[in-house]
Amino acid sequence: MFAVNAQKITKYFHEPSTFAVLSNIEFSVEKGEFVSLIGKSGCGKSTLLYILSTMDTDYEGTLELNNQSVTGLSQDALSRFRNEHLGFVFQFHFLLPEFSALENVMLPALKLGKFSNEEIEHQAIEKLKQVGMDEYARKSAGKLSGGQQQRVAIARALINNPAIIMGDEPTGNLDKANTYIVLDILKRLSEENKQTIITVTHDPDFAAKSHRIIEMEDGKMVKR
Amino acid sequence: MKSFRLSLKIALVHLLSKKKQTIIAMLGVTFGISMFIVMISFMTGVNDYLMDLALDGSPHIHVYNPVKTKRTPLSASVYDTSKTQIFVHHQKPKADQNRIRSGFQILQEIQKLPYVTNAAPQLSSQVFFNNGSLQFGGVMMGVDIERENTMYKLYEKIESGSVEKMRSNKDGILLGENLALKLNVGVGDRVSLTAPNGSVFLLKVVGTFAFGMTSVDETRCYVGLNTAQKILGKPSDYITDINIRIRDYNQSTAIAEEIQALFGYTAEDWKKTNASILAGEIIRNTLTYVVSAAMLIVAGFGIYNIMNMSVVNKMRDIAILKATGFEAGNIVSIFLLQSLIIGLSGAFLGMFIGALLSYGIDQLPFPAREMIKLETFPVNYEPIHYILGIVFGFITTLFAGYFPSRKASKIDPVAIIRG
Ligand SMILES: Nc1ncnc2c1ncn2[C@@H]1O[C@H](COP(=O)(O)OP(=O)(O)OP(=O)(O)O)[C@@H](O)[C@H]1O
Ligand SMILES: [Mg+2]
Repeated sequence: MFAVNAQKITKYFHEPSTFAVLSNIEFSVEKGEFVSLIGKSGCGKSTLLYILSTMDTDYEGTLELNNQSVTGLSQDALSRFRNEHLGFVFQFHFLLPEFSALENVMLPALKLGKFSNEEIEHQAIEKLKQVGMDEYARKSAGKLSGGQQQRVAIARALINNPAIIMGDEPTGNLDKANTYIVLDILKRLSEENKQTIITVTHDPDFAAKSHRIIEMEDGKMVKR
Repeated sequence: MKSFRLSLKIALVHLLSKKKQTIIAMLGVTFGISMFIVMISFMTGVNDYLMDLALDGSPHIHVYNPVKTKRTPLSASVYDTSKTQIFVHHQKPKADQNRIRSGFQILQEIQKLPYVTNAAPQLSSQVFFNNGSLQFGGVMMGVDIERENTMYKLYEKIESGSVEKMRSNKDGILLGENLALKLNVGVGDRVSLTAPNGSVFLLKVVGTFAFGMTSVDETRCYVGLNTAQKILGKPSDYITDINIRIRDYNQSTAIAEEIQALFGYTAEDWKKTNASILAGEIIRNTLTYVVSAAMLIVAGFGIYNIMNMSVVNKMRDIAILKATGFEAGNIVSIFLLQSLIIGLSGAFLGMFIGALLSYGIDQLPFPAREMIKLETFPVNYEPIHYILGIVFGFITTLFAGYFPSRKASKIDPVAIIRG
């Protein structure tokens, strides 16, 4: 059973002139796999990840996530799919600055509405503990450092226990110690919970610790 | 419900993060609604006051016989008008032209009509009041004073003397307050009056009244019906008007038409008599709604602006919310709630301030005592105006907030997250 199955994904950008950022990308990831996506800056890693995360729908080819075709679904359906099945850590840590760290983590779960507020808060504090941010839970997100924000963003990606977690350099702003903590969490999630992990990374050590490395060059896959 | 609470929570955080703009936008609505409340309370106050005046001062339906100068000449009944041309130059009206024939019989018939509560006979005529060598024109109304009292609540309008004394004084007269002033007479004094036929009578002033309208108080006087007939040299069944009160004064037009058709005399309802007052009412109402609408539109643009700015400022937040699973509808409700909170709190504050201002106006002394008699500005406190205020505030902000909210919901998260 594939967690991710991408067929003939091609994407064009039209500025400054039309060019193919991604051409004929074909690959699949199994459930519970921990995959690293590497490649030179500007080769199209982030672009691919946005397509895989269903946020970018402007592409050719087909995409299946969790055995469900997501190509051509409505925006609202994709929103619901992301909410329930996907966790995402952005390259530039994006939090809602007026909300506390805890509230940022809770929001996707509140939106899902599966548990009571108390349960969600409890779970959110657990996730913050995992990334070592529980003592900053009540602090407003806008007042956290870059690395702290990134850790809160990781906790937020985990809150709904998604089938697939995607990260665009999720440890880019972290020191060695914290990078290893995050790496450890992601590995455990894939091995113990069978959650699928796809991360873009520039860190060769990080990539080496994952199950599989996919390398990209100029919008194509060179090593699967 | 859960998603509403979540949207509300996010909306409140957004509002609190821009307190200044929120308050300014709110005050715009407050201003619009409070002006609406003040204007409509005052304008309807004026309307109602004038309406009361009109209804107090004139009968609901007035039956009379208008003077027709032009009439078919007698010779037309003798000659065949299709063959003979008849010319009569400068016709003169007949005597007794405005008499209502068998008036008391008609009066009784009218009183039997189901929707009529009261009807009174009247003999009215132009007269002159003599004050030394000066004469003042006036209108004498010969009335059944008891009925007049119940129909117009004359006793409420008495300024000096009393209505009761009319009963014991056959030659008693009630004078309009301003008329008495002009004649320089008071209760107990005698006043000299010249009828159209030239005969002069002395009457005893038993009281003065004030309807509050100068046009009435400066010219009108009441005498007993019999006295009026005597003054004018008419028989005791001679009347010129029948005044009618009906159960529902809003139906006056239809009933007047019916009475006119039944008895053949002109029946004019109070709406026609007071057409100018009613026209003023339409103008005042239009003014109120136009000015209030203009102010609400300005307030609406204020909200629109601030919400638009807020959407631009919160683009990143919107992108994150959408990326983590919020649907377009959730985003719309987050921003629509913000503008509704601004609008409704502004409207409630506006109602409160509007009520205070109305009360203030209510306490102000009314300056123009010459025209109409009024102590303070007339103000109404109708709950429906306040409900309207809230509804208007709600609708304005709904419109003002809708377009920015839709814009927010259409934001493409990747475009922003890509950086
Ligand atoms: N919105 C856009 N319009 C036009 N070209 C774009 C746009 N976004 C990215 N590109 C181009 O597409 C290519 C791939 O960009 P992408 O962000 O996917 O690179 P990346 O592999 O993530 O690089 P990095 O490691 O630096 O993050 C780059 O050449 C970039 O300039
Ligand atoms: Mg990138």
